[in-house]
Amino acid sequence: MPSIADDHQTDSVLAARADARAQAERTADYMPYRPASSSPFVPEGVDPATLTWAETVAPGGYTHKVVARGTRVRLDDPTGAACASVILYNALETTERLNVADTIKIPWQAYLSVGHPLLSGDGRALATITADTSGNHDTFCGTSTDATATAKYGSADAEGPAPSGRSRFLLAAAKHGLTGRDLPPSISFFQGVHVEDDGALTFTGSSGAGTYVEFVAELPLLILIANVPHPLDPAEDYLVGPLRAHAWSGAPTLPGDDQFTATPEVHRAYLNSIDYAEARGL
Amino acid sequence: MTMTYASGTRTIKSTVPVGAHYTSGTVLDFAGPLAQGSVVRDDAVAPLAPWSAVVRAGQTLTIVDVGGNQSADFLVYNAADTDERYSAPDTLAAQANAYLREGSVLRSNRGLPLMTVTGNEIDRQDTIGGACSKESNTLRYGFHTEHHHGCRENFLTEAARHGLGVRDIVSNINWFMNVPVEADGTLGIVDGMSAPGKRVALRAEMDVLVIVSNCPQMNNPCNDFNCTPLRMIVTDPVAATDSDTE
Repeated sequence: MPSIADDHQTDSVLAARADARAQAERTADYMPYRPASSSPFVPEGVDPATLTWAETVAPGGYTHKVVARGTRVRLDDPTGAACASVILYNALETTERLNVADTIKIPWQAYLSVGHPLLSGDGRALATITADTSGNHDTFCGTSTDATATAKYGSADAEGPAPSGRSRFLLAAAKHGLTGRDLPPSISFFQGVHVEDDGALTFTGSSGAGTYVEFVAELPLLILIANVPHPLDPAEDYLVGPLRAHAWSGAPTLPGDDQFTATPEVHRAYLNSIDYAEARGL
Repeated sequence: MTMTYASGTRTIKSTVPVGAHYTSGTVLDFAGPLAQGSVVRDDAVAPLAPWSAVVRAGQTLTIVDVGGNQSADFLVYNAADTDERYSAPDTLAAQANAYLREGSVLRSNRGLPLMTVTGNEIDRQDTIGGACSKESNTLRYGFHTEHHHGCRENFLTEAARHGLGVRDIVSNINWFMNVPVEADGTLGIVDGMSAPGKRVALRAEMDVLVIVSNCPQMNNPCNDFNCTPLRMIVTDPVAATDSDTE
């Protein structure tokens, strides 16, 4: 019977080298675009020359990036089925990381939208949401584990058709020397949850195809993203869509910006972030 | 693209781009142990999957290349102190040869024997080619392969189950993979010399933790472009002696 090996001549080192090099011009539905300016999906209004990150993350996949202070990060849900579970760290000191409790408690608001700061446990703004056409996000449910994914999908093998969010985060974290103890609760973009009067968590799902969120890095960030079904997604099948990530250089929230004094709490968070950044010489 | 997969006890549809398995009609030979003794562990490792086990001193691990030319990417640690782990350079320098064969001693970063190759049905085995990864795939084949599953992912996933991380992943062994070094220094992965049912046997010289990635690479001939299962059999000679006398 014909096999894939029949299409490859690899019986000598030089033949194998030629076979490998012959693949170079191929593309795939899920891949990074390098240089980022070569992205086929440059966000409208963004100068491609300023892009520092451009990628389409596979369903069930993950990505991770270190970005400079001031970087604008945009996540796109082209099909309406992405679920971007996100953890942020101060890239300079990864013990400083997203604190979901502070992120909703301190702004007095559970539902993420434009102007919402993503806070660390150290009283600083790691990032601020600067655009949001989805409005369906979640700060309560984190992401799936091997146990919950196995219960729901039958298996959660990292190499299989139903990997858990935690297994994705473990791999992304490992690429930066971090381990399971470094994974705090995550937030999810593009799949929403609503808290009912009795406390019930209702899955509100997606706002449909073509939405995006943007946030600005208030400090140098390590960003981990797992693109897996939301833990409350009622579908019995593992149907998550691709996720797009772009980033471009810009400025953090600074004095003079309306956002800088939007609330008393966020104002002090920015003062703390700027204090830290300036002391580091950033 | 949504496809249907067997998933534990059920069948699911999934959009995850899972790597390719072997084609139907592939000859599979699960063979048997290449050492005397009673079987204390016997696992089939699915294509693309990781595996690990502690092999006690004196026990022998037989790795069966079930489908032929399926790379078994392999790391080994002192189970009692994982700071001591396989060292390709110590292994090669001690034997003054670039390939592993019967009699090769797998040495640690302290120069001590972790395991000994006590049986080998392949002309030569590789420990210079290293493991594949999503990241190195982008260099070798292009950015379109970055989302492909790789051995580094398997190593990290399995290592995490033992409290190990990225700093514990070192240059590895690739059982059943063929990496010749030519006279002018040219080297690379070429068609393998193995076949369905070929085996290697490794006797543990101390209690060791073995971590294996059943290589998911589909961009070069290390798996004959056809990812197949591995069989991992641990035999214990002491237990065999006991049963022989009963």
